[in-house]
Amino acid sequence: MHATLQACWSCRGPVENVALFCHTCGAIQPPAAVDHFARFGLPVRFDIDGDELERRYLGLQQRVHPDRFAAKSARERLIAEQQAVTLNQAYQTLEDPLGRAAYLLTLKGHGATLAGEQTVKDPALLAEMLAAREALAECANEPAVEQLAAREGARAVVLVAQLTDAFAAEDYKRAETLAVQLKYVRKFLEEARVRLAGFHYA
Amino acid sequence: MTNLLQIHEPGQTPAPHAEVEGLAVGIDLGTTNSLVAVVGNAGTPEILRDENGEALMPSVVAYLDDEVIVGSFAVDIARSQPRQVISSIKRLMGRGLAESQETPQGKRHVLSASSGGMVRVHVNDRVLSPIEISADILRALRHRAEQALSRSVDKAVITVPAYFDDGARAATKEAARLAGLQVLRLVNEPTAAALRYGLEKGAEGLYAIFDLGGGTFDISVLQLEKGVFRVRLTAGDTALGGDDIDQAILEWAQRRAALPLPGNEQEIALREARRAKEALSTLEETDLIVPRLGPLKLSRTQLEELAKPFLDRAITLCARLLLEGDIPAEVVKGVVLVGGSTRMPYVRRRVEDFFKKAPLTDIDPDLVVAEGAALQAHALTRGSDTLLLDVIPLSLGIETMGGIVEKIIDRNTPIPVAKAQDFTTYQDGQTRLMLHVVQGERETVAHTRSLARFELGNIPPMVAGAARIRVTFAVDADGLLTVSAEEKTTGASTSIEVQPSHGLTEEETIAMLRDSLDHAEEDMRSRLLAEAKVEAERILLAFASARRQDDVLLKDEERGKIAAAEEEVRRRLAGDDRDALLLATTAFEKATHDFAQRRMDRAIAEALQGQRLDDIEADMATARPSGEKNA
Repeated sequence: MHATLQACWSCRGPVENVALFCHTCGAIQPPAAVDHFARFGLPVRFDIDGDELERRYLGLQQRVHPDRFAAKSARERLIAEQQAVTLNQAYQTLEDPLGRAAYLLTLKGHGATLAGEQTVKDPALLAEMLAAREALAECANEPAVEQLAAREGARAVVLVAQLTDAFAAEDYKRAETLAVQLKYVRKFLEEARVRLAGFHYA
Repeated sequence: MTNLLQIHEPGQTPAPHAEVEGLAVGIDLGTTNSLVAVVGNAGTPEILRDENGEALMPSVVAYLDDEVIVGSFAVDIARSQPRQVISSIKRLMGRGLAESQETPQGKRHVLSASSGGMVRVHVNDRVLSPIEISADILRALRHRAEQALSRSVDKAVITVPAYFDDGARAATKEAARLAGLQVLRLVNEPTAAALRYGLEKGAEGLYAIFDLGGGTFDISVLQLEKGVFRVRLTAGDTALGGDDIDQAILEWAQRRAALPLPGNEQEIALREARRAKEALSTLEETDLIVPRLGPLKLSRTQLEELAKPFLDRAITLCARLLLEGDIPAEVVKGVVLVGGSTRMPYVRRRVEDFFKKAPLTDIDPDLVVAEGAALQAHALTRGSDTLLLDVIPLSLGIETMGGIVEKIIDRNTPIPVAKAQDFTTYQDGQTRLMLHVVQGERETVAHTRSLARFELGNIPPMVAGAARIRVTFAVDADGLLTVSAEEKTTGASTSIEVQPSHGLTEEETIAMLRDSLDHAEEDMRSRLLAEAKVEAERILLAFASARRQDDVLLKDEERGKIAAAEEEVRRRLAGDDRDALLLATTAFEKATHDFAQRRMDRAIAEALQGQRLDDIEADMATARPSGEKNA
């Protein structure tokens, strides 16, 4: 991948499109139109080092956050804000396995079902989730909900491991099926959490 | 319904962060007490005290016939003229009439609604918005700082409860503007406390900040690491605080005496309730002395019983937050207490019971927020390596058909953030679209707070569903929302910016600015001038850097012209004519245009050459999988 050249908005000289700052005048540059992985200098793959991602995210925020530019011109503050917004969005997407899977599938042209543009054609999954929800509705106390949540939580962990394998094998069809399953399990866990919060009100 | 629409030129914000030289302070604008602090030359924050050495300034304002008095004198006035005095106005910031009537203020003062439905307070024949009253407190704090430092203060970092919604934040910023203070940043109170605590103690790991003030409760979980203060989760209640406990004591006393007190005696009785509450932090029993209710014995056990429902609410919020973040209480390394109400032994015990560890109290809970704000003001004006990463406390959404809320930005999303959502028309030939922006966690509009309604016009008539209207919600580092919208299909996209209404109609703002003793309009002009100067200096510096690097690309016949243009910019920089300065900078940019073009051309030529070489190398590398490369 070649970096392309563009004119720095401040000194109007040449600057690489991926540069954060102009090498000539030092002005902060608008976010480059690159994918989320490239923004952190990471390879485009599902299996990423979460700690490394966080380290790079915080390192970049430390350089571009609007608070660094409080005394600079309005234009620089605006660009710093765009940079911080872009970093936050990229980090939030990649940090979450489901977000990362969905994003990666979109990059590979396989994200239609996950994005809700196509209906889920997995009757077994739908039946299973329906049963889980019924079980949740029937839970009378906190331990019962916790037990259900723990079961589905363990399933989410397995799904992430399976996703890692599917992406490694470049089997995007399978990855999409797994990601849709993960999405449903997440939704269930969220409902379980709402139920648990309800118990805390007493 | 009237909304405050502010449409401005791109890149020309109404309240820019101007020059570095001025003095910036940190302000804790509290419900009960307010403080101002500054970071001195030693680099440590220092609370600015009054002539009696008092750090806390009661957030109490007395409106006399021809005078406005703030602080402890206003408290004294309340004893004889309670109707002239307002306290705890923070609880009404950004609020409508109906919800305000539920607060203790609503029970003590006559309230009405502005034309926009926002609350107004009636005091001594005046009808005041909470923004104006807060501005009076901020003016007093500014004055205190200027007295203590013997120099002018015009910038501040102001803290707000993390759980303040957009309306309350915008109202706070507006109040500062009326007081002649430029807000460098609104910082959440728990974040400011964490900053103070973390920098002082070098704390690292997950920390909870339990902030129970006079009128608001916040619970936040932060990750502290090597100069990075990252808020992970936050929750709270803007109508929960020590005030409620005072009110509960008073109601208990009235029940005991079987005598309801008239509204105008409540203010003073509440002060006594608070005094008794505070006394019970060290005593086991005290006398509650309220005229007509007689002296009543109040024990600590009795107080704890009265306070219990409020602490139950606070602890429930803590439990839910940890559940939401999947954080077991044991993982939280420490709990920092903030706010005067955390002085109560009962509060400390409840916190300890829940988090299973004794809370950290080695920094004064009354001072820690203001000191943190001062540190951030210092960091923003003098530079620093610490980084505050905050989140949006309440979800933002939009009303869809049937009053259902479609969430656009979820709560606890890191800010700044921007999200776009496409909308379309539902009728053939529809040319207008109404958008209703709400904030809150519930699914139906009726249960959320309305932030703004705005109309997008000039949509080209098309069949239903053909138009593509992209609406962008942007929340800046202050937690303030800007909504912009454009129609994309026709190519002729129009864009508007909407800042939500926050309690003042446009006419009211203008009238207040006109009335303001601090000449806010003049402030605004001088800010625009300062902004133009920063920009002009930036342009000169950028050119100097470019010339240092590429002087050979300058043509001799250009040099004189550029030098003259630069001289003109410098001459205008020394003056105060903004228009002339803008003309001079434009002329300078024109004079240096060809030079910049030559720099670009040369770089592109070089890059093309280099790229061809790179391509060849890349091809050779692929051809030889061993990875051996030509030098």
